[in-house]
Amino acid sequence: MAQKKKVTARVYRQDEIAVGIYDMWIETELAKDAKPGQFISVYPKNQATLLPRPISICEVNEEKTMLRIVYRVAGSGTAEFSNYHTGADITILGTLGNGFPLEKADGKRVFLMGGGIGIPPMLQLSKELSARGKAEKISAVLGYRNELFLCEDFKLYADLYVATEDGSSGSKGTVMNAIEDNDLKGDVIFACGPMPMLRAIKQFAEANQMKAYISLEERMACGVGACLGCVCTTKEVDHHSHVKNARVCTDGPVYDAKEVMI
Amino acid sequence: MNTKVTIAGVEFKNPVMTASGTFGSGMEYGEFVDLNKLGAVVTKGVANVPWPGNPTPRVAETYGGMLNAIGLQNPGIDVFIERDLAFLKNYDTKVIVNVCGKSIEDYVEVVERLSDEAVDMLEINVSCPNVKEGAIAFGQNAKALSEITAEIKKKAKQPVIMKLSPNVTDITEMAKAAEAAGADALSLINTITGMKIDIHRRAFALANKTGGMSGPAIKPVAVRMVYQVANAVNIPIIGMGGIANAEDAIEFMMAGATAVSIGAMNFVNPYATVETVDGIESFMKEKGIEDINSIIGCVK
Repeated sequence: MAQKKKVTARVYRQDEIAVGIYDMWIETELAKDAKPGQFISVYPKNQATLLPRPISICEVNEEKTMLRIVYRVAGSGTAEFSNYHTGADITILGTLGNGFPLEKADGKRVFLMGGGIGIPPMLQLSKELSARGKAEKISAVLGYRNELFLCEDFKLYADLYVATEDGSSGSKGTVMNAIEDNDLKGDVIFACGPMPMLRAIKQFAEANQMKAYISLEERMACGVGACLGCVCTTKEVDHHSHVKNARVCTDGPVYDAKEVMI
Repeated sequence: MNTKVTIAGVEFKNPVMTASGTFGSGMEYGEFVDLNKLGAVVTKGVANVPWPGNPTPRVAETYGGMLNAIGLQNPGIDVFIERDLAFLKNYDTKVIVNVCGKSIEDYVEVVERLSDEAVDMLEINVSCPNVKEGAIAFGQNAKALSEITAEIKKKAKQPVIMKLSPNVTDITEMAKAAEAAGADALSLINTITGMKIDIHRRAFALANKTGGMSGPAIKPVAVRMVYQVANAVNIPIIGMGGIANAEDAIEFMMAGATAVSIGAMNFVNPYATVETVDGIESFMKEKGIEDINSIIGCVK
């Protein structure tokens, strides 16, 4: 695994692509080894907000010189980032966590399921699965509150199915409604999104004899496995904690849904 | 130029250590810094058996700091010796093991298990605010503190540091009690009990409701307590509480600390420990300080 580093990188460009949703391309050496499902920690400059913000990697450019993050402004840290313009310095730590196990989709029909701000990491995943060319079929199933984002990007690499809470686009409801409405059939699920969605996916996968790999989110401090802030309960005793509390930042964030108690 | 400091007969190449619980056993931050450059690695607290810790959320940011309520999750002494101590043997740095427990017997069991291990000092955690039994109960009552200190001293093969809580009316009382009971050194401060409420969710930010506050926001409290304790006891002090860099470390030493630990700021700057080591040397050069020991408690 590539060594983790804290670096000062440069904002290449940033756009607001939906209300409160920002799309930032960052020029950084960390792009070289980035894998889909990994994340970076972004440090606010304001010293009142000290802790780094873990943000998933949405995309890596072809030359592997830039990372794209798409994030929602949720507090003062992300509000600060949203004001960065082209050329601004941005301090990041990465690349962190383990990515999705791409090989699990070989020869399989795969669902890439994203909910809300869990949608962005599924983009690089769809891109790499598409490039790998071994999945039988790639379906991106994305759930939004109402306003859509990144849909055009996903269409390049996957069949796209959308759900919105208000029914303004695609199926009304959640990603689970989109699967039902479109009578989608698959073998493997890769997912990232809010906990109720991940719980529904875990159940759905078990009921339909599918494998599911889910990316979890938890409040983090260090991001590198030292502080034990971001643990999730595992079914079996894990190698690190020995108390069924695996670290989301380091042992995850992607887990086999069967292995975590959510 | 001398950067070496000595605590209870143990010589440290420099006064910079890691605060227990923020640095694991060094494996994670070993990817960022050369552990050989540190005065000591102070490990995450270890108990006689594995502890699962508290439910999540366990951490929350506060203004200029953070709250944590990890609850001393640890894999227990067996795994710790086999894995963590084995790892630390590869480095030329001193090893201080933080010991936690629910009863005096628990603490003593860990202390005895460590007798023949490659451990330079023991730091006794009687000040964690996030567990219901043991820990802080021993640190907020001079009599209880005195008793546990004496019991541990009877069995310990390594010098004993008692880690004090700031969540007391008069920390010098606790310091004097620990000293009188035989403590070889003191470390302070552990975190300050705090609380954060998420007004949008009408809920506590931490599952444990309260947590221990750390980070730069608590530094002035820590400096004050180090100064008070340094003037109340004759045993060495390891100072900590929001130290981010060499300037902060020097401030603690001038207040009376023989060594310092970097805690929450590792999360903000994974290179903070070695940068502090280097920064202390630069400061000494710039000011013409020949011996780091000359600044300890120099501000009266």
